[in-house]
Amino acid sequence: MKVGIVVFPGSNCDRDMYHVLTEIFNLDTKFFWHEKNLPKEIDAVILPGGFSYGDRLRAGIIAAHSPIIKDVKKLASSGIPILGVCNGFQILVESGLLPGALLKNNSLSFMCQWTNLIVENNKTPFTNKLKLHQKIPIPIANGEGRYYADDLTLKKLEKNNQIVFRYSEMVNGSSLRIAGICNVNGNVLGMMPHPERAIESEINPIDNKPSALIFESLLNSIGIQN
Amino acid sequence: MSLEPQELIHLESKIGRKPTKTELQIVAAEWSEHCSYKSSRIHLKMLPMTGPRVIFEKGFDSGILDVGDDYVVTIHIESHNHPSAVEPYGGAATGVGGVIRDILSTGTRPIAVLDGLRFGNIEKDSHARWLFKNAVMGIADYGNCLGIPTIGGEVEFDDCYTNYALVDVVAIGFGKKDRLIKNRAKKGDIVILLGGSTGRDGIGGSQFASNSLESDDRSAVQIPDPFIEKLIIEAILEARNQKLIKAMKDLGGGGLSCAISEIADSLSVGIELDVNKVHSREPNMNTDEIMTSESQERMLIITDKTKLEKLQEICNKFQIKCSVIGKVTSKKIMKVKKGKKSFANLPVSVVAHAPLLDRPAIKPKYLELIQKEKKFKTPKNLSNILLKILSSPNMANKNWVYGQYDHEVGIRTVVKPGHDASVLRLDNGKFLAVKLDGNPKQCYLNPREGAIGCFEEACRNVVCSGANPIGMVDHLQFGNPENPEIFWTFLESLKGLTDFAKYFKIPCVGGKVSFYNETPKGPIKPSPLICVLGLMDKKHHQLQTISNDDLIVLIGTTKNELGGSEYFEYTHNFVGGHCPVVDFKTSKANMNAVLELIKKGWIKVAHDCSKGGLACAVSELCMQTRIGCNISLEKIPSDKLFEDRLLFSESHSRYLLVLERKNLKQIQSFLERKTVLFNVIGKFVGDHILFQKDSKTVIKLSVDKAQKSWMNSLEELVLHG
Repeated sequence: MKVGIVVFPGSNCDRDMYHVLTEIFNLDTKFFWHEKNLPKEIDAVILPGGFSYGDRLRAGIIAAHSPIIKDVKKLASSGIPILGVCNGFQILVESGLLPGALLKNNSLSFMCQWTNLIVENNKTPFTNKLKLHQKIPIPIANGEGRYYADDLTLKKLEKNNQIVFRYSEMVNGSSLRIAGICNVNGNVLGMMPHPERAIESEINPIDNKPSALIFESLLNSIGIQN
Repeated sequence: MSLEPQELIHLESKIGRKPTKTELQIVAAEWSEHCSYKSSRIHLKMLPMTGPRVIFEKGFDSGILDVGDDYVVTIHIESHNHPSAVEPYGGAATGVGGVIRDILSTGTRPIAVLDGLRFGNIEKDSHARWLFKNAVMGIADYGNCLGIPTIGGEVEFDDCYTNYALVDVVAIGFGKKDRLIKNRAKKGDIVILLGGSTGRDGIGGSQFASNSLESDDRSAVQIPDPFIEKLIIEAILEARNQKLIKAMKDLGGGGLSCAISEIADSLSVGIELDVNKVHSREPNMNTDEIMTSESQERMLIITDKTKLEKLQEICNKFQIKCSVIGKVTSKKIMKVKKGKKSFANLPVSVVAHAPLLDRPAIKPKYLELIQKEKKFKTPKNLSNILLKILSSPNMANKNWVYGQYDHEVGIRTVVKPGHDASVLRLDNGKFLAVKLDGNPKQCYLNPREGAIGCFEEACRNVVCSGANPIGMVDHLQFGNPENPEIFWTFLESLKGLTDFAKYFKIPCVGGKVSFYNETPKGPIKPSPLICVLGLMDKKHHQLQTISNDDLIVLIGTTKNELGGSEYFEYTHNFVGGHCPVVDFKTSKANMNAVLELIKKGWIKVAHDCSKGGLACAVSELCMQTRIGCNISLEKIPSDKLFEDRLLFSESHSRYLLVLERKNLKQIQSFLERKTVLFNVIGKFVGDHILFQKDSKTVIKLSVDKAQKSWMNSLEELVLHG
């Protein structure tokens, strides 16, 4: 049983994610440098937040061409759970694994604040332990976190139940207040907020239990009882 | 770029000949005020720098404190004032980059940044707004990209900074004690330059910073590249883990000239280097340019030849450049060549030790002219005055600033910005509290007491989070030291800080002196900044929810000390009055009592009472918890004062405690035993901030209204003028 965290040049939430997976959830977790291959017998892959390649050209676009993305795509099509957080979400979008785009926030500046998510789909490997419309207090920290897609794509997202999380109120101008989406099969999830920053009560000023359920869902879906 | 005539004579007498052009450039960079501390060094010795937690090794660029369990915390402070005043985005960003590399050079991972920012009057001056907005963006873009949280700081506006900016950055590191870079070198070791390429940016930067700001010399400002810095951090820490580094130094002010001479001097070796080996970003750079360029994101490493291959591997992985530029020699000489041709051949001790100055100091005349008292009629509508002060740029909530900084990354930030002190959790289960404070308005009226006040305020904030102060770094920022009046203010501040540090046994583990902070309009006010670190052994004092009917206790005496206060300066436009004075004995008693109460778990919240006085401190609690209060002014332990002065006095050593009624008795008897002056001044109730005197309303302000104005006024002002 293994979870792989992909590290790109400029990733900076990789160590936080590792801490949460190993210290809180006791998962066998390994880092994978973006030039390496991912093993076939992996249980889940996480693309952490950060500033891969310093956000040059456009957030996530250079990392989306890293050698490891080939393996991520293969694993995605075989149904392995893939989670992209923040810059990881941007990379999933830029690599074509998820539709749409992430644009500069309405405020035109970087935003670091706590907000609330509403669960819109609790059938994914990352949300199966959450209740539909459950509230998750969670921090965002991004400059380009405004989800955008054309009307046709948005309609498809709604129809296929691909909208996984919405902000409870508008924070950055995202289309349909979208905070996280999944692919049609539901095994690839991208989200802008940082669940790894909300798991421990020590650093979560509101309530750490809902965001912990995101990782407990993952454990559940890869067959580990916590 | 040049030396003073007497310095040139000194140099010639030391080396027994005329220096070459390159030698002159190297020495001028290293002997600049910025690098050599030539005006301040003989005086800085007075500060206490040792203590049971202080670890000192030669060549360290940061202060190191032992936090137990084989872990250390490192800390350093730097400013980037001159560059930020010309190009605020790049100046502020590279200021962050520089101080982070100082932390890295000890072999510790940078885990947090704090910023102290000062600008002109942003209400009137659009240029000040521009500087402010862009400096914040520069800090945000740099720190966020690195994944190092900016966990706190402070912002202040004052007319003395018109057309200027103070950008101070504190960086904190954390690591294992046994992984500290020991800084050793021997003959035959190789000298490596790692990281960004050397370009023509920042040439003469340290000299630019050693003069008054009269020109917009943009070529002296460095260009930031946080992505390269991030790669350097990871590469260096990987090299550290593999024990590939024997000695290390950041390239900062003075570039290669200073880094080479200082590291060679501190390790008692010589270094021979070839500038042709330096990887540069533009062709045809001459020797002098390469030696004095302050291009960013560069580290100097000394190591054994056998380690080179592994170091190269790491650099290849991160795609950063690493060039062997020279070697260590046994003769303590700094030799600079370009290919075979020699350009400089200087004893390192000469380069690294500028002739120190003992500058004259005279008490400034302006201090005699300051009006000690001015009678104001107590304004009729104090509610409006409180609202105005709460919404003023200095007092308003700074969420517009820290909301742009990633203050959560690293998942250590337990108490986030916007509270008294920021608190980080450490890997050994302990907690580190950090607070940065300055108060130029008070330091202007009384450089000694003002500086002590900043120090005490930082301590009070750390104590309010439940931590014991364990160390401090200071940043002393003044005008031109050649002016004896300015130099006197510097010495007074330094003496005050020294006395406080000695009395409280808080070691100074690092610091910085920045002179020549002048604009064509004159010098800035004395602007010392103090950052205090505190440590909590166990579970920190949790921020608990305040509820209706909780009591408010005020510790300490409120005196007629409104000099430099927001009330005098912002409301009445009056620069004068009595600067608040810290009584060391009372300060210690109050501090210890608050700490003990927190440790006992008897109080819900402790809050420092400082800028804006008691009225603002109480209001802040109300606005944060969205509950009103009822305070009786006659209960405040104080001198005989009019209501407005009671409300807005900025006397030190005062703390607000919030407690449940059931704990009152034991707290009272505890405080009486400790002979601490205190009183129950009121309670939380209703939805108005209410101050009464003898049951007559003095202030009645809706919490909701105050909260909205306090939260939004700064952003409104910055974005819409």
